[in-house]
Amino acid sequence: MQGITGSAGLFHATQCREYGTDVVGGVTPGKGGSSVEGFPVFDTMDEAVRETGANVSLVFVPAAFAMDSMLEALDSGVELVICITEGIPTLDVVRVKESMRGSDSRLVGPNCPGVITPGEAKVGIMPGYIHKPGRVGIISRSGTLTYEAVWQLTNLGIGQSTCMGIGGDPVIGTTFIDALSLFENDPDTDAVVMIGEIGGSDEEEAAEYISQSFTKPIAAFIAGATAPKGKRMGHAGAIISGSSGSAEDKFQALERAGVTTCKSPAEMGEALKSAIS
Amino acid sequence: MNVHEYQAKKLLSDFGVRVPGGQVVFSADEVSEVLDTLNSAKYVVKAQIHAGGRGKGGGIKVVDNSHDATAAAEQIIGMNLVTHQTGPEGKKVGSVLIEEASSIEKEFYLGMVIDRSQEKVVVMGSPEGGVEIEEVAAKSPEKIIKEHVDISLGIQPYQCRKIAYFMGLSGGAVRQAVSFISSLYRVFIEKDCSLAEINPLVLTSDGNIVALDAKINFDDNALFRHRDIAGLRDRDEEDPLELEASDAGISFVKLDGNIGCLVNGAGLAMATMDIIKHHGGEPANFLDVGGGATTGQVTKAFKMILSDENVKAIFVNIFGGIMKCDTIADGIVEAAGEVGINVPLVVRLEGTNVQAGREILSDSGLDIQAGADMKEAASKVVEAAKAG
Repeated sequence: MQGITGSAGLFHATQCREYGTDVVGGVTPGKGGSSVEGFPVFDTMDEAVRETGANVSLVFVPAAFAMDSMLEALDSGVELVICITEGIPTLDVVRVKESMRGSDSRLVGPNCPGVITPGEAKVGIMPGYIHKPGRVGIISRSGTLTYEAVWQLTNLGIGQSTCMGIGGDPVIGTTFIDALSLFENDPDTDAVVMIGEIGGSDEEEAAEYISQSFTKPIAAFIAGATAPKGKRMGHAGAIISGSSGSAEDKFQALERAGVTTCKSPAEMGEALKSAIS
Repeated sequence: MNVHEYQAKKLLSDFGVRVPGGQVVFSADEVSEVLDTLNSAKYVVKAQIHAGGRGKGGGIKVVDNSHDATAAAEQIIGMNLVTHQTGPEGKKVGSVLIEEASSIEKEFYLGMVIDRSQEKVVVMGSPEGGVEIEEVAAKSPEKIIKEHVDISLGIQPYQCRKIAYFMGLSGGAVRQAVSFISSLYRVFIEKDCSLAEINPLVLTSDGNIVALDAKINFDDNALFRHRDIAGLRDRDEEDPLELEASDAGISFVKLDGNIGCLVNGAGLAMATMDIIKHHGGEPANFLDVGGGATTGQVTKAFKMILSDENVKAIFVNIFGGIMKCDTIADGIVEAAGEVGINVPLVVRLEGTNVQAGREILSDSGLDIQAGADMKEAASKVVEAAKAG
């Protein structure tokens, strides 16, 4: 956990540990050698990885320092870096992605709730209790809308294999296509719920991938059908610019790819149920 | 964040990008003094608002002496300028840019944005200048060249040459264009732009490459490291309610409907608008109180929603993650005490500390309709708005 000594960082490190995640320590430069709530604190990621054998880092530092933390995590050799931080300059993420070309590590986020495998481990800020172990994967650009989908599935008695928030920024580490291909190859996942939103063309590109290479049932909702053009809707990436990025185009592309879509966010669980029946 | 043309041109000129000589004035009295410092047979008087299409709306005048320039400035400053980008209500003009008129040989397009799917800065050029690039892209995409830049290397001279030759330039104009494009790229990177558009870019009859117009947008997330840019913000150009919200750390967008929305998380906030529409209602706003909202912010959010006279009912839709349901409930009770909620209120609470939140609401004695889930809450609020 990078930024473990901040109040939000420490709160969520503790929550992750309570859920059952093996949180082995944190990094805050200048506070190495101390410990908080039983977590050892290190000055550098390099030292933390050497001492604890950590293979995942959760980035919880303020936006101004997030690029540095992501680069430090990637350099330390961890396989997976999950960045929760919201409000990072877009060009900083472009720089991080450029440095990752050819790397085997994976970045999830930024501006995301993290990743959870219900009943096993949670590396993120989602409320653990709404989840139920099972065989449906979830991928979403939005945090709270992910919780909504999880809760609907849980209430229908459908459990989840892994739920991944990929983040609401214009440039992100793991895209829909990346996440879908992970689920395609995951023997513990039988079907997927995908939650997109207006802005960019990630959903359209995912539709192309689904029609060519994705074999499991999939249900989708796109948020922002009623959003006005040219206005940023909270997330930096959620903006319809000119004629591109509308919810209608995304729905159509996914429907053409054979995805079961729902126009009401209250029906994401039902849509998945009908996709697998 | 958007800035005015005169601010964008000042920034470009600081980076060595050639722009026409000129100066902004906020009153017609200053015009003759400015003209004394310029040197041209003709001058252009340009309304400074954050919208395109100013010429067609009567916001740009070409004049040839100080008397006419002053008259044009008098006419434009204070006018309500309506263009295809301002909406029918138009925008009040507060200043004009007085510039030396350029003698134009040919017009081009040059633009830079972040290509989201390539995750790189893309530089676009076209020999079709002065028209909207989306129009060119739709009608004749072969007339646009795109060069993606590796951010660790920066834009390379060969890429600038490719764009210049594609535009149809030759000789000394190519050299000037190369320097122009690489300087504009430097502005884009060093100032964290999200858009830098020169339309038109012109070749003048004396062989110079000049930015006749300039539109620059900046990444809001990066303003913390550009105080100079943040200082260029013109608060008069922004919606007062949206400004008030952003000052309070709330994302807010005003819409035309009659159902006020208070939601946590951008995705759920959009989905809440969608489900209202799905049930036959119309949302009055997009409102995301954020992940870590305080009771004060929730109260503020209620005040903003209630300040809209169209609002006939309010839908509070919270899925607590970081945000705790009891915080929202406290905010509702506090807001009700402070401002008085005089329209039907439908609340759907789920997530962290949901029991505590529901208890606070039921103990408050407030007239609140509870929604068990999103669907039930949406249909209740739509009905309430129709009855109201």
